[in-house]
Amino acid sequence: MSSTLFLVQVLNGLQFGVLLFLIAAGLTLVFGVMDFINLAHGVQYMLGAYLAVAFYGVFDNFLVALVLALLAALAFGLLLEFLVFRHLYARDHLDQVIATFGIILFLNHAVRLVWGAAPLTLPVPEFFTGSISLMAGLHYPVWRLVIIAAGLGVAALLYLLVSFTRIGMLVRAGSTNAAMVSALGVNIERLFMFVFGFGSMLAGFAGIMIAPIISVEPGMGTNILILAFVVIVIGGIGSIRGAFVAALLIGLVDTLGRSFSVDILRLFMAPSPARMVGPALASMLIYVLMAIVLYVRPSGLFPARGR
Amino acid sequence: MASTLAAEAADPEPPRTRRIILPAAIFLILALLPIAAALTHQRYLVDLATRVMVYAVAAVALDLLVGCGGLISFGHAAFIGIGAYAVGILSAHGIGDALVALPTAIIAAMLFAWLTGIVCLRTKGVYFIMITLAFGQMIFFVATSLAPYGGDNGLTIAARNTIAGVALLKSDRAFYYFTLICLLATYLFCRALVASRFGRVLRGGKENTTRMATIGFTIRRFQLVAYIITGGLGGLSGFLLANSAEFVSPAYMSWQQSGELIVMVILGGLGTLHGAIIGTAVYLVVEEWLSGITENWQVIFGPLLVLAVLFARGGLLGVGAKLRRHLAEGDGNG
Amino acid sequence: MAEPHLHLQGLCKSFGSLVVTDDVTLDVHAGEMHALIGPNGAGKTTLINQMSGLIAPDAGTVLFAGDDITALPPETRALRGMSRTFQISSILPGFAVVENVALAVQARTGSSFRFFGDAADEPALNIPAMAALETAGIVDRANARAGELSHGEKRALELAIALAMQPQLLLLDEPMAGIGRDETERLVNLLLRLKGQLTMVLVEHDMAAVFALADRISVLIRGRLLTTGSPAQVRADPQVVTAYLGEQME
Repeated sequence: MSSTLFLVQVLNGLQFGVLLFLIAAGLTLVFGVMDFINLAHGVQYMLGAYLAVAFYGVFDNFLVALVLALLAALAFGLLLEFLVFRHLYARDHLDQVIATFGIILFLNHAVRLVWGAAPLTLPVPEFFTGSISLMAGLHYPVWRLVIIAAGLGVAALLYLLVSFTRIGMLVRAGSTNAAMVSALGVNIERLFMFVFGFGSMLAGFAGIMIAPIISVEPGMGTNILILAFVVIVIGGIGSIRGAFVAALLIGLVDTLGRSFSVDILRLFMAPSPARMVGPALASMLIYVLMAIVLYVRPSGLFPARGR
Repeated sequence: MASTLAAEAADPEPPRTRRIILPAAIFLILALLPIAAALTHQRYLVDLATRVMVYAVAAVALDLLVGCGGLISFGHAAFIGIGAYAVGILSAHGIGDALVALPTAIIAAMLFAWLTGIVCLRTKGVYFIMITLAFGQMIFFVATSLAPYGGDNGLTIAARNTIAGVALLKSDRAFYYFTLICLLATYLFCRALVASRFGRVLRGGKENTTRMATIGFTIRRFQLVAYIITGGLGGLSGFLLANSAEFVSPAYMSWQQSGELIVMVILGGLGTLHGAIIGTAVYLVVEEWLSGITENWQVIFGPLLVLAVLFARGGLLGVGAKLRRHLAEGDGNG
Repeated sequence: MAEPHLHLQGLCKSFGSLVVTDDVTLDVHAGEMHALIGPNGAGKTTLINQMSGLIAPDAGTVLFAGDDITALPPETRALRGMSRTFQISSILPGFAVVENVALAVQARTGSSFRFFGDAADEPALNIPAMAALETAGIVDRANARAGELSHGEKRALELAIALAMQPQLLLLDEPMAGIGRDETERLVNLLLRLKGQLTMVLVEHDMAAVFALADRISVLIRGRLLTTGSPAQVRADPQVVTAYLGEQME
């Protein structure tokens, strides 16, 4: 286990964490403000990727594809909100779970109908291809660094938005007491629409950014969605700060765990059983982490006040 | 809180017909089905009905947890998977008798329920849903990484479990009736549980936790026991599933499977127990039928679910009750 | 002087920057009817919640029959003999009226980890439940669904549940809120009959009832205990009159 390999995995962990944050941020906002459990959020992520591929196919330009895909993701999110979700805010969580589950079933297969089941790819934008040398012996893909930078940038933007703008204040207030905010005369319907649209865009953005380095296929949103759930549960529902901390934590723990589990186990046992048990334990790692955090703090690390 | 798909099925004093006649009818139909299938040469019906009953065991248990306890578990498939893998792993090591496999399946599932329940039940509401989902996912990933037991591809089982050395379950019809007995036992047990002291505390906790606390009940303790019982019954379902298919796969514990179980429970009518059997039957039959028509049956099924949530209050039994009331009123006016 | 049945020592509670309980030290003697009065927002319900364990104080201790129960959850306090009614009726609306009360009996009658047998059919639970309903005056509604009761009947059910627990200390949070003259009179008579049999803490705005029932009265203003004394003392205390009673009495 060399130190360069370790650093590479740390960077990978950060990149994964940043991606998780983009998805979790929208999810936790929607939970926090509307108390709405949206299983279909992962679909927004998947759609972002598919739309980017589609627009790139037409315009052959990543930046154009990025902008158009973002707008399309926003439009689609608002459409879903208008058609289905806004009728579910008043319902109990069980109904929301089932309805959004139905939407996942539908959209996962609709995507397959439109684009086929075969995985699609998107080339890394020309300016960012290849790797750069961060230090002696450490080469790291440029695009992954772009993702990390973009994610941190969005985090900073969100922080500014939530802490210093009027709408951010409304979101924070809505997270603690939506009924009160409404009673104070704020158009709560529009606030919900804004939160939902923004969250969809964030998830779509994550999908667009990750598309160049993974294969775009139906159902790609499901696994990462559950991880996003773990992130916001650990971070505290409604808390963007919590989502950020938890996302990076999980990204690092999961990536490093998977890379080095066998090596760490080999310190205690023979190579063969280590190879068998290692991956299984590594996959359990973040859930065990979640269990420990929740046992000590059932409302997460930074629960939004009032929950 | 607005009415929900779930809320209105559980009528506090359902008429005698619903409480006794309907469940009795269900089991009578199930008992006679193989004979009817043989007479009409529709052998596949036995397979389909077996599958329905296997999942119905898990669904009835889930109905106990959700309908009676108010605990929305989105990780129920984990227990089915654990039960199934208990059978699979034992079989891979040459142990193929139900007298070992069945208790192992149930106890392993109960153990997992206990360990995860301790954590899950410290939370409530939306947190609870997500944590059960996460734990289910955890077990799924553990199963996929079990290379010696098939990993992603699953594991074929040499043969169905014997009972005390005798291959009693080999014939499909024998296995059918074995499953039917398991379902009947599960149903009767859960029904007794709901009416018992234990069940009453659970139901009270669902309605008003604060009041129950100030009366002197530590609701969490009861919820944990309910969670463990439900898990064990899920393990039973997994045992039956592994034997029925003679195959185990991580897909048995995917979160989609957990979601489908919840839908099956709600579809029939939450809180009625036999509603879960009806819901399972309808779900699997519709799935079978739609997938015969098109490979993309989920494109149709998904929106159907959404519409059902938005408009069909109380699941099928709820809709049935409403129809009955409508007809009764119509008779009065006509 | 015998040890107080309930002793609050230096209780403090704030929600954010709002101080709701401000260093309250209070004794409740065994067998007495102790009333807690004060204007709306004085923190009376919060104080009751800290007594019954639904809210943990930021500082201070709660002693019940000499034991420090500050860290104990409401379930444990209930089993030790403390029961309460809520300002807004807290019942089980989907259950039958008698089952609401039977559950309170069940909590202290044998194990609730019984998985078989019809709980609704147990005479050991139903008979005491019916007796409590009789005392509260709503035994004729025993089989009705609790959610269908009128407001006054729900208040009576609240009381029946609390009494069925055979408590040593009964906390009553505005039991007369929103009920009519006749029912108020019935409730006052009931509480008079109970006097001496158990210790009671009564939060109320109905001053006529308070002065008819209370052995001692504590006055709470903006989270702070102003004074404690006999009804005559409190009625005459100029501070109390200016701060609160002046608006209440003609």
